[in-house]
Amino acid sequence: MKNYEKVIEKVILLSAIVATISVALITVFIFQSGLPILIQYGLIDFIFGTTWSPTNGYYGILPLIAGTLSVTIGALIIGVPIGVACAVFLSEILAKKPAKVFKFAIELLAGIPSVVYGFFGLVVLIPAIRNYILPIYQIFAPNVSTTGFSILAGAAILAIMILPTIVSMSENAITAVPHEYKEASLALGANKMETMVRVLVPTAKSGILSSIILGMGRAIGETMAVLLITGNMAKMPNTVLDPVATLTGTIAMEMGYASPTHQQVLFAVGIILFIIIMILNIIAQISVRRLGGNAV
Amino acid sequence: MAQTHLQKVKTFKNIVFYGIIGTLAALTLAALIIIISYILMNGLSHIDFEFLSQDPRKMGREGGIFSVIIGTLYVTGVGIVIATPIGVAAAIYFTEYAKGGKGVTIIRFFTEILAGIPSIIFGLFGFAFFVIFLGMGWSVISGGLTLAMMVLPTLVRATEESLKTVPMAYREGSLSLGATKWQTITKVIIPCCKPGILTGLILGIGRAIGESAAIMLTVGGSLRVPTSLFDSTRTMAVHLYTLASEGLSMERTYATAALLIFIVLVINGTATLITNNLGGSNGN
Amino acid sequence: METKFEIEKLNLYYGSFQALDNVDMNIYRNKITALIGPSGCGKSTFLRTLNRMNDLIQGVRIEGTVKFDGKDMYGLNYDVIALRKKVGMVFQKPNPFPKTIYENIVYGPRIHGEKNKSKLDRIVEKALYEVAMWEEVKDRLQKPALGLSGGQQQRLCIARCLAVEPEVILMDEPTSALDPVATAKIEELLKELAVKYSIVIVTHNMQQAGRVSDYTSFFLNGKVIETDKTEVIFSNPADKKTEDYITGRFG
Repeated sequence: MKNYEKVIEKVILLSAIVATISVALITVFIFQSGLPILIQYGLIDFIFGTTWSPTNGYYGILPLIAGTLSVTIGALIIGVPIGVACAVFLSEILAKKPAKVFKFAIELLAGIPSVVYGFFGLVVLIPAIRNYILPIYQIFAPNVSTTGFSILAGAAILAIMILPTIVSMSENAITAVPHEYKEASLALGANKMETMVRVLVPTAKSGILSSIILGMGRAIGETMAVLLITGNMAKMPNTVLDPVATLTGTIAMEMGYASPTHQQVLFAVGIILFIIIMILNIIAQISVRRLGGNAV
Repeated sequence: MAQTHLQKVKTFKNIVFYGIIGTLAALTLAALIIIISYILMNGLSHIDFEFLSQDPRKMGREGGIFSVIIGTLYVTGVGIVIATPIGVAAAIYFTEYAKGGKGVTIIRFFTEILAGIPSIIFGLFGFAFFVIFLGMGWSVISGGLTLAMMVLPTLVRATEESLKTVPMAYREGSLSLGATKWQTITKVIIPCCKPGILTGLILGIGRAIGESAAIMLTVGGSLRVPTSLFDSTRTMAVHLYTLASEGLSMERTYATAALLIFIVLVINGTATLITNNLGGSNGN
Repeated sequence: METKFEIEKLNLYYGSFQALDNVDMNIYRNKITALIGPSGCGKSTFLRTLNRMNDLIQGVRIEGTVKFDGKDMYGLNYDVIALRKKVGMVFQKPNPFPKTIYENIVYGPRIHGEKNKSKLDRIVEKALYEVAMWEEVKDRLQKPALGLSGGQQQRLCIARCLAVEPEVILMDEPTSALDPVATAKIEELLKELAVKYSIVIVTHNMQQAGRVSDYTSFFLNGKVIETDKTEVIFSNPADKKTEDYITGRFG
């Protein structure tokens, strides 16, 4: 082989390693910047502390964790049924051509920038919650009030944002179910619906589950949309109409004006976020790998 | 009798089932249409030549978004220019050079992991590494490098998908004529993959233009037109966030959102068109 | 008679599967050697050892010696690129690149450093002339090669191979994807090419081997059963198994 080819091969190998180096660098720098304060303040106090008031030296992130968890769970409650229904609809009910158009629409949904979602939530969803949802809610709980900035707003927007992930991965999983299973079920006299509910979806279960895990990762990591609509109040929420602050939103909002110590604390929040996301991603990766596909 | 009763229940169940599935699917489509049309209808009318050609004044309360457009182009351009050669080369490694084994599995795994890291974490990293540690400050280059890392997995995946569609026969044909591996890659394989690489590139640009959290922490928010790689600037997505969160000018916020969504739709539409029309042009 | 390849005790394994078993053979200059045998008998694998195309497949292990012009081509530091330049190959399925007819033919010469436009033009004309295609396509050299018929594509691939001026041409069932008319044209061509080139052809088609080749080698289960002059193999084979195969009694 010519000499320059060997050099090229090295350069190409190096390019392939760039992503791995990036992950390593990210890990090192996030931890390096946040770990000292985390140790100094104490991990337990940090995670289970209920007061987040960095300017006064209180760094309890439990309210932030509660905020992130509540919008994420809300997003999953709304998004998963819709997403799985869409996947079934796409793979089993809709004809090929319109299914293609539908998929294109889902791709467009994935392409909309998160700040645009946030802005849409801000101008449409927030007033809608204040003007229409709140009165209905008050029938049952008269003392509740809201500005509209709330868990519900965050969950609804996040639900739309995680749809593309759930739909396309679940659809792949359902399409991958061997044709024989379907035929066997139909041959036993089951109708199309029974086949879908009792054979296809259960067989594609692990694929659908990974799509949900990945969607959950998306929701937890999402920043700008949530930042604009959840109200950013670092308090433990009581109802879905309460405002919350999330881990991501807090970092994005406070980084701009934070003092050096405060910055370190935000990096410590980053560490917690990073660990949660990594665990979810690794689980999703491993299960996707086992199914022999690509995460979307 | 029992049979007919069961049949009736089944028919009813069927109607409910298809009804629910259809409604939920329609809901998804409706969400897309409502979001896009709402933003475009409220914003497009405020986009005019002045809006596009003037710099923002009074923190964006007045004027246009010229400097922001330039800033967006600048940061996106730097990110893509850095990421493209690396992403294409990495894809070439995976399809043409990698011989399997643990090492390859690991670097592939981390490429996927990189794709799953949220943008705020990229932002924190970019701030700690490029802005502070390497002393680049809030700048086009800090943001460009951070963006490059973020779009890298997209580029790798799109390129790899298209490299995989090149028939083995082309590689054999070229090698049998005495071409080296690298000659085969540059003269036969890559020309076949241009549409795929282009798609990856366009999707990367789309993601870069829409990115805000990471940009905010690495590029800053200066409203001036950047003159060097080390200047701070503002991108459209960050500008939209600032306008929306501070309620500076509703008209301009809608206009910026409309412009942003319009650009991203055009970009993603183009990418899909390329994949559908040119993807299968490898013959056989 | 001058030998081009000398193969001694060649064993080839794909992982744990032995595809070639103790193959000994000589391949002579300016002769057409046909390799026949049932599917999966190792004849294509053998052909691919002659230009080291098997290097592309993972998990291949080779024992024994293959000498080209007297030099061990699996030896250390052997220049594979130079070897492939001298030993061209035509594949089972026509595989022109998705480029123009002209670009397909100049691909090889360009790679080997030829930049002169008028020289390249002459190479194209000569190569197409040699495969009797010049008159057919001289007016549409800039058209995509994938627009040609299957037979034309295969002759273009032969022309592409000739353009790098090889000494040997390896052909892996070059007519199996073609209709009888196109096949006849290529067989005719083979006879003419043998004046200048040494040719090794793998074929399923017994009549084809009988019609075009000077030597025939019969492969079975990775072993060479016998190699001899074609007329001997077809009229008076030494081995019973060869006779059975040729007369269609098995395989």
